[in-house]
Amino acid sequence: MSKKSYRQALNEALAQEMRRDPTVIVMGEDNAGGMGAPGEDDALGGVLGVTKGLMPEFGRDRVLDTPITESAFIGAAVGAAATGLRPVAELMFVDFLGVCFDQIFNQAAKFRYMFGGKAVTPVVIRTMYGAGFRAASQHSQCLYPIFTHIPGLKVVIPSSPYEAKGLMIQSIRDNDPVIFLEHKVLYDEIEEVPDEPYTIPFGEANLTREGDDVTIVAFGRMVGFANKAADMLEKEGITCTVVDPRTTSPLDEDTIIEAVEDTGRLVVVDEASPRCGMAADISALVAQNAFKALKAPIRMVTPPHTPVPFAPQLEDAYIPTPEKIADAVRQVTFWRE
Amino acid sequence: MSNEIKALTMPKWGLAMTEGAVTSWLVDEGVELREGEEILEIETTKITNVYESPVAGKLRRRTVEAGQTVPVGALLGVIADASVPEIDIDAFITKFQEEFAVEAAEAGASAGPEPQFAEAGGRRLRYLVMGQGEGAPLVMIHGFGGDLNNWQFNQPALAEERTVYALDLPGHGGSVKQGIGGSVPDLAAAVRDFLDAVGIDRAHLCGHSMGGAIALHLATEEPARVASVTLVSSAGLGDEINMDYIEGFIRADKRKDMKSVLEKLFADSSLVSRDMVEELLKYKRLDGVPEALRTIAEATFPGGKQGHVLADRVGSVGVPVQAIWGEVDEIVPAGHAEAIPEGSRHVLKNAGHMVHMERAGEVNRIISSFVTKAS
Repeated sequence: MSKKSYRQALNEALAQEMRRDPTVIVMGEDNAGGMGAPGEDDALGGVLGVTKGLMPEFGRDRVLDTPITESAFIGAAVGAAATGLRPVAELMFVDFLGVCFDQIFNQAAKFRYMFGGKAVTPVVIRTMYGAGFRAASQHSQCLYPIFTHIPGLKVVIPSSPYEAKGLMIQSIRDNDPVIFLEHKVLYDEIEEVPDEPYTIPFGEANLTREGDDVTIVAFGRMVGFANKAADMLEKEGITCTVVDPRTTSPLDEDTIIEAVEDTGRLVVVDEASPRCGMAADISALVAQNAFKALKAPIRMVTPPHTPVPFAPQLEDAYIPTPEKIADAVRQVTFWRE
Repeated sequence: MSNEIKALTMPKWGLAMTEGAVTSWLVDEGVELREGEEILEIETTKITNVYESPVAGKLRRRTVEAGQTVPVGALLGVIADASVPEIDIDAFITKFQEEFAVEAAEAGASAGPEPQFAEAGGRRLRYLVMGQGEGAPLVMIHGFGGDLNNWQFNQPALAEERTVYALDLPGHGGSVKQGIGGSVPDLAAAVRDFLDAVGIDRAHLCGHSMGGAIALHLATEEPARVASVTLVSSAGLGDEINMDYIEGFIRADKRKDMKSVLEKLFADSSLVSRDMVEELLKYKRLDGVPEALRTIAEATFPGGKQGHVLADRVGSVGVPVQAIWGEVDEIVPAGHAEAIPEGSRHVLKNAGHMVHMERAGEVNRIISSFVTKAS
């Protein structure tokens, strides 16, 4: 056990699985860096360094630098998965999804179903998401609701270093296509992470706080914000249960419903755009299954329905904050007809 | 009369504890305390426990309020004879607080001893050593599914007078998970290899549950290396074992299931905290753990019964043996203590299988005086 960053936790998960299973490969733009050029080998390790050090240990056959053509190399990864490898492909920013969407939603997601269960597609697509990086509207979106919408994909949103390692190993061992979303602002978060390999099962929510008054469901980076809000509110005498679903597909509906049945109030926090998002989805789930338990209307804390602004002040105003979450919790706690 | 001023400080219970919250004081300032008297309640993220006075004397000052959270090692209060002047008490507190602030700034006062690893007979075993002392050290062996942290309320107190080792058995904690033997003799051989690896010729053994059966087996095999055996809620003395617990523990992979399994371990089930449940789920997610637990359960409890009963060997082993039990143990019945002669068995009321956590102060005193006598 030692303290590791989110980045190190992911790197360790990839390295340990590559050691354990020779069919695991990684591929993506500058996943090593330096291929075919004079100068430093393994110069980059992806844009933010997650795959650094893998090429020297596992070689160019298993750590592939790809051209800047997501449509080609995501397709190649899906094909490699269908024919026996376990590729971990890096779709650098999730915003680039558009150019390789057919490969993901019409091919990878459908193989098992279309071939009568006789084909598996054990591909992991790692991708960065989220605002707060001053990277403007084409490099800051969440977009996981789009993947969650498609049956056949598994969608994983780790909220901390411990979660990142265990969920990555589970993703690699899973036989279905997994979209693995890494929030770029979390890479330097640090916590205790076991040195040994371990797996966190999909579809099993984590309760990061347990309280009596309000249930907060939050995703990815927002889990930490929800925890901060819960800690602030505890000093005011309001205690919260914070649910981190970990995966939006499969979704641990039971834990969410049970948590709301215990507290009677729900706040959903999502960094994705509000229309057709997880906040609306969870709200509908609870309204349909736990209506009688509700003591107040459900509140959603999301950004406005706009592109992510580039101006730093506007970007900060766009992203949900612990204060906004705490305000929503107070509103449902003290709600009167 | 003594001029000695004794500081009460926030204890370190378990590897992960860095701070504790004082939930309530159980005694007022000015009270004459007996050694072992319960003086305050401390809550960590994992468990709430009472803190007992390490010495007799008058509680001269309480330096934290109920509700305050302070780091490990921080001053909680001061004990001294009534004859010690107030001005000396004030000076002592000022000096302590200044030094503590410096220490905390330098190294992090809560660092404490770190676990180490030993290569024991080709197996990598994790262990934690505390304290110093002449003579045979005490070695503590946890039970099925446990780890060295199970002794968090015992090891620091027992280490005040001697060297105390706590190890993780194969398949547990930070020790090797792969390729292990699961029977009591297999695990006893691993403990013997551990003694060899860390250079212990002869040790007092203290085992909880399955760890007790391991300690007793080692004593029967190699009595020359064992100075005494303390069996806590021990296996190895009868054939009953709560297989619902064993199976439940192996199967539980959800928080709710794990919580209801763990509640069987305590007389007061409210002691099972969110963090305790999470810690065990984290352990069970490690590669190889479910298989290791299955291997051990099948070898140790074949057919739903204890497979290695040594009750009839206790009298002839030639090593002092005592037993400590929680009266309402739901895992191994407290009646099994009757295999140990009456003067050497202690059945404590209002305690379950984890009697060494629920009644730590009393258990520590029983172990300490037994070990001292056997030395």
